Amino acid sequence: MSQQAFHHALLDPARPVPDGLTDGAGHPAGRRYAVYRNNVAVSLTEALITGFPACAALLGADNMSRIAGRFLRQHPPASPLMIHWGAAFPAFLDGLDGLGRLPFLSDVARLELALRRAYHAADATPVAPDALLSIPEDRLGLARLRLAPSIQIVKSRWPVAEIRAYALGLGPAPTSGAQEIAVLRPDYDPEPHVLPPQGHAFLAALQANMPLAAAVTQCGPGFDPAPCLALLLGHGAITEILT
Amino acid sequence: MHSFTTLPAAPGVGYKPQHYAEILAGAGPVGWLEIHAENYMGDGGRPLAQLRALAERFPISVHGVGLSIGGEGRLDAEHLARLKHLVGWLNPASFSEHLAWSTHDSAFLNDLLPLPYTNATLDRVVAHVDEVQDTLGRQMLLENPSSYLAFSESTWDEPDFLREIARRTGCGLLLDVNNVFVSATNLGFTPQAYIEGFALDQVGEIHLGGHDEDEDDHGAPLLIDSHGREVADPVWALLSHTLVRSGPKPLLIEWDTDVPAWPVLAEEARRAEEALARLAVAA
Repeated sequence: MSQQAFHHALLDPARPVPDGLTDGAGHPAGRRYAVYRNNVAVSLTEALITGFPACAALLGADNMSRIAGRFLRQHPPASPLMIHWGAAFPAFLDGLDGLGRLPFLSDVARLELALRRAYHAADATPVAPDALLSIPEDRLGLARLRLAPSIQIVKSRWPVAEIRAYALGLGPAPTSGAQEIAVLRPDYDPEPHVLPPQGHAFLAALQANMPLAAAVTQCGPGFDPAPCLALLLGHGAITEILT
Repeated sequence: MHSFTTLPAAPGVGYKPQHYAEILAGAGPVGWLEIHAENYMGDGGRPLAQLRALAERFPISVHGVGLSIGGEGRLDAEHLARLKHLVGWLNPASFSEHLAWSTHDSAFLNDLLPLPYTNATLDRVVAHVDEVQDTLGRQMLLENPSSYLAFSESTWDEPDFLREIARRTGCGLLLDVNNVFVSATNLGFTPQAYIEGFALDQVGEIHLGGHDEDEDDHGAPLLIDSHGREVADPVWALLSHTLVRSGPKPLLIEWDTDVPAWPVLAEEARRAEEALARLAVAA
């Protein structure tokens, strides 16, 4: 029998057990084939719960299993690197009906994905926390800041950092509104940090290698980059200053 | 980096990050560690930092779970390149993979799936093992699977199939005695006879793990290779049966689901140490 036949019936319980499989004594394999069906579904569902623990907590075990079952059939892993599986999960959640009570769920998934990417990102040596002070003022505006590979930025009209913390039992019930977030990883533990308004646009501009003054300008009049820069420098998130 | 070139004939455990501090503080009977290759293929961060630190102190066995060596298609060149990179910088004492497939049509199913044992599948597995060994520039070990069903088209029995792969490729074998016990129970053969037919002189490592008990449609016992509990007593007995014939080997405790506190895992390693000690006394 072909692996094609074995594979198709694994992910589609409505298909019959493929022919040519036995129990060792010549009887049809029957339920023995279901062990493989179950192993595939359970292991991928568990991988999704591990990768998106706050989403799983918000949905509850039964809903998460049902949603995972649909996701793993539509978006099975495309590589053996399970540490990266689930990039399509936020958009998949956006397309689901019946999540009206959890309109923020896909953004929580985006934040969890950002935390996981930060966790596995390359290491980098940061500049000293006072490194910007040594740049002459007339050259500061043209300086380009290289950010750590672990930096991730997320923007949501919901307070997703608070929702995630609450779902995981790490913080109080959410009270604020829209949030712009930077995930920073000073050593090995990524943490979400809430940015001031336009902070997301500012960091995105720096990530795109825009000079400092231009990055500030495109954030609109009155944008003060100082709190964002202090946050980045304080968490080892700037690795090079190119003047 | 310090490199250990071989696994010692001592107990090892499958490494879990939650045990990091206790292992570094004193690993007791544990003389080496095994990691799943795919968990260390990120770009950086804690996993790689821990692995670098552990590799200074312990021989490391890299155990792949994603190459799909028994697959009908070509090996995933990108994945093989990632493996070459990991094995290149880590220079582990051993690299092993499974007689199984897990990828089809570029979908990775995260399970070790069975293949029939025929001349055609033999040629394919031999070609894949050759490709892996040529790419990595080292010998690999190939592990026997746990089976829940058989293929009516199979013309080889499993020990002979593995022996022939080893003969044609020069690879070594990884003998999982829990898998032997699980497959023997599920498919109705004698585990001791399997061991006696196995190419024990090619074995570079032995695996031990826990299994769960279920039933098939006819009420016959169906054991599931769960790696979620202590090694069962008949599997320890099968280990002793094996060691008497094979001589001392590196023995790995695998515990991958419902991972216990370190002392529980260390106790399993101590039992493995006893099995090796009894062998020394008998000799």
